[in-house]
Amino acid sequence: MTTTTPAATADAELPRLRLDTPPLLVLPILALLALPLVGSFPTWVTLTVAGLAMGMMIFIMASGLTLVFGLMDVLNFGHGAFVSVGAFTATLVLLPMQGWMQADSVLMNLSALGLAIALAMLVTGALGWAFERVIVMPVYGQHLKQILITMGGMIVAEQMIHVVWGPDQIPLPLPTSFRGVILVGDAAIEKYRLIAVAVGLVVFAAMFLVLNRTKVGLLIRAGVENGEMVEALGYRIRRLFVGVFVAGSALAGLGGVLWGLYKEMLTAAMGSDIMVLVFIVIIIGGLGSVGGCFIGALLVALVANYTGFLAPKIALASNILLMVAILLWRPQGLYPVAKR
Amino acid sequence: MMLHRLLSGDFPRSRFLALALLAIVAALALAPFLFPGARAMNVAATICIFVVLVASYDLLLGYTGIVSFAHTMFYGIGAYGVGLSLHSVGPTWGAVFMGLAIALMLSLALALVIGLFSLRVKAIFYAMITLAVASAFAILASQMSDFTGGEDGRTFSVPELLRPGFRLVEAEVFGTAINGKLLTYYLVFCSALALFLLLLRVVNSPFGRVLQAIRENDFRAEALGYRTVVYRTLANCLSAVVATLAGALMALWLRYAGPQTTLAFTIMMDILLIVVIGGMGTLYGAVIGSALFILAQNYLQALMKQASDGLTAVPLLANLLHPDRWLLWLGVLFVLSVYFFPTGIVGKLRSRK
Repeated sequence: MTTTTPAATADAELPRLRLDTPPLLVLPILALLALPLVGSFPTWVTLTVAGLAMGMMIFIMASGLTLVFGLMDVLNFGHGAFVSVGAFTATLVLLPMQGWMQADSVLMNLSALGLAIALAMLVTGALGWAFERVIVMPVYGQHLKQILITMGGMIVAEQMIHVVWGPDQIPLPLPTSFRGVILVGDAAIEKYRLIAVAVGLVVFAAMFLVLNRTKVGLLIRAGVENGEMVEALGYRIRRLFVGVFVAGSALAGLGGVLWGLYKEMLTAAMGSDIMVLVFIVIIIGGLGSVGGCFIGALLVALVANYTGFLAPKIALASNILLMVAILLWRPQGLYPVAKR
Repeated sequence: MMLHRLLSGDFPRSRFLALALLAIVAALALAPFLFPGARAMNVAATICIFVVLVASYDLLLGYTGIVSFAHTMFYGIGAYGVGLSLHSVGPTWGAVFMGLAIALMLSLALALVIGLFSLRVKAIFYAMITLAVASAFAILASQMSDFTGGEDGRTFSVPELLRPGFRLVEAEVFGTAINGKLLTYYLVFCSALALFLLLLRVVNSPFGRVLQAIRENDFRAEALGYRTVVYRTLANCLSAVVATLAGALMALWLRYAGPQTTLAFTIMMDILLIVVIGGMGTLYGAVIGSALFILAQNYLQALMKQASDGLTAVPLLANLLHPDRWLLWLGVLFVLSVYFFPTGIVGKLRSRK
């Protein structure tokens, strides 16, 4: 009687997932194509870094949304509210700590910023939990109502920002040590953009590790593939989902702080403005796919920056054209998620 | 029998609803005589136009189950089409019809392209794509300021027949001057009535039944042999065309086309709210909803201001009731009504018997 456990054999026989490369290649090809069009190399470097920074920020905001959709088939049109709330919450720390922000010390700047980000993520995470409980939970499985309800939730949240912080825009200056540019050769690169790229990479790496190397990540990925099966195996997918929703909201808050500092001006509508880009990104990436979302975000931001330089008039339409082009190539997005 | 044909066999089916509808139609028909004054006339004309706009949106949301955020885009195309044409050519009827024709063609083309592109997939895709396209269009309209007048929009003069200075009859009728403004109002009213009855005809036709079948279960509708993509796209185009006409009427009435009155996202929210409050999937909801909503918008905000002024001592509460926070209360009302009154006012009235 052979005693090989079925699990072991199954494990050994699992073929490695084939890496789907063409979407990965789009990015460098696009960047290289833009080089002769832009003309000068330093300008190209500046534009590319700016695009990457913007893309990272959009990725941070979009990743939570796409995961939530993948896991529970819930599309939160109110996601933008978390972005605004995150940015405005940061002012609660950053404006009183103006001294630390203006001090000429990297450590003080960083700690003030870190505190602001922590608070913003905490608040948006909590808000996300409440949002899930009150707004989203009663309408699972009903797309039409979800769209309407979450849209309503966003309006209310946006208006509440007006009630709490007043109707005016709030200027949010960058900390002293993050201002200015670094010259690499002839190319001028804003310091803050490098920071945004770094934060984005850290978030992406952390997400990648959690999703691919931990048990929670395994469950989330399994839930995206087939939620009922995960439940049948005895895991509470509801709890998992709430966790992902909260994490996604907190990430949107983080993205909001970064975006607010990037723009150096906060408006209550900043979240819903950026949502348009976020939607384009998650459609391009394939609804539910984090990797696709990452590439999509970088693509959208790079295209926006290049066309903004080359042909400012069509810059607005460029993202829509990009989306159309990608969907013609892959109708379900770059990395379609299996079940949808 | 006559009534049966006129309403396409779709009766209000509730005594109270029928009375309310009659009252609204009568009030709108006689508005210039019953409520003289520029403001009341403006409210009445806005109600007429919104009935059409909301009814055409209901064709999408309530009857076909498609969520679109691009409805204001089509509305705006109509308004800008007529407005820009009158602005550049001059106040002639030719310009009105030329602008309208261009606007209709543009709307139809856009609706067709967006529809064919995104209606194959899920409702959620369509919602996102229309949101993206509509916001890009709104930004485009305000960016091309040489052509569209940017944020300020364009004011223009209308053909002579519709100007306030024009007198059809010298004498006053029931104390109201028969001037161009009155004629414009009746142009708006009659067009709105005709368009509404047309929509009523459409939703009660076999075509409308197929749309409802798609809303209930698109898979089954497809299995029965109806090409759902074709039907959805047709519904989308039809609703876009009607919205364009509504926009053109608005431009004629206001003698102005600008982003705030046509393309703004708040108008999209208003439309959504009216559809949900009035009742999804019934065109009468559009009438009741628009009448209530526009009246509230025009007269309740003044009340809010008073309340806010009275509460200046309580800082947060005063902010809450500030007239600029009108949208906050709309949002709350919207969420609550999606939960608790998914069938809206009309649905409630009908189920009461």
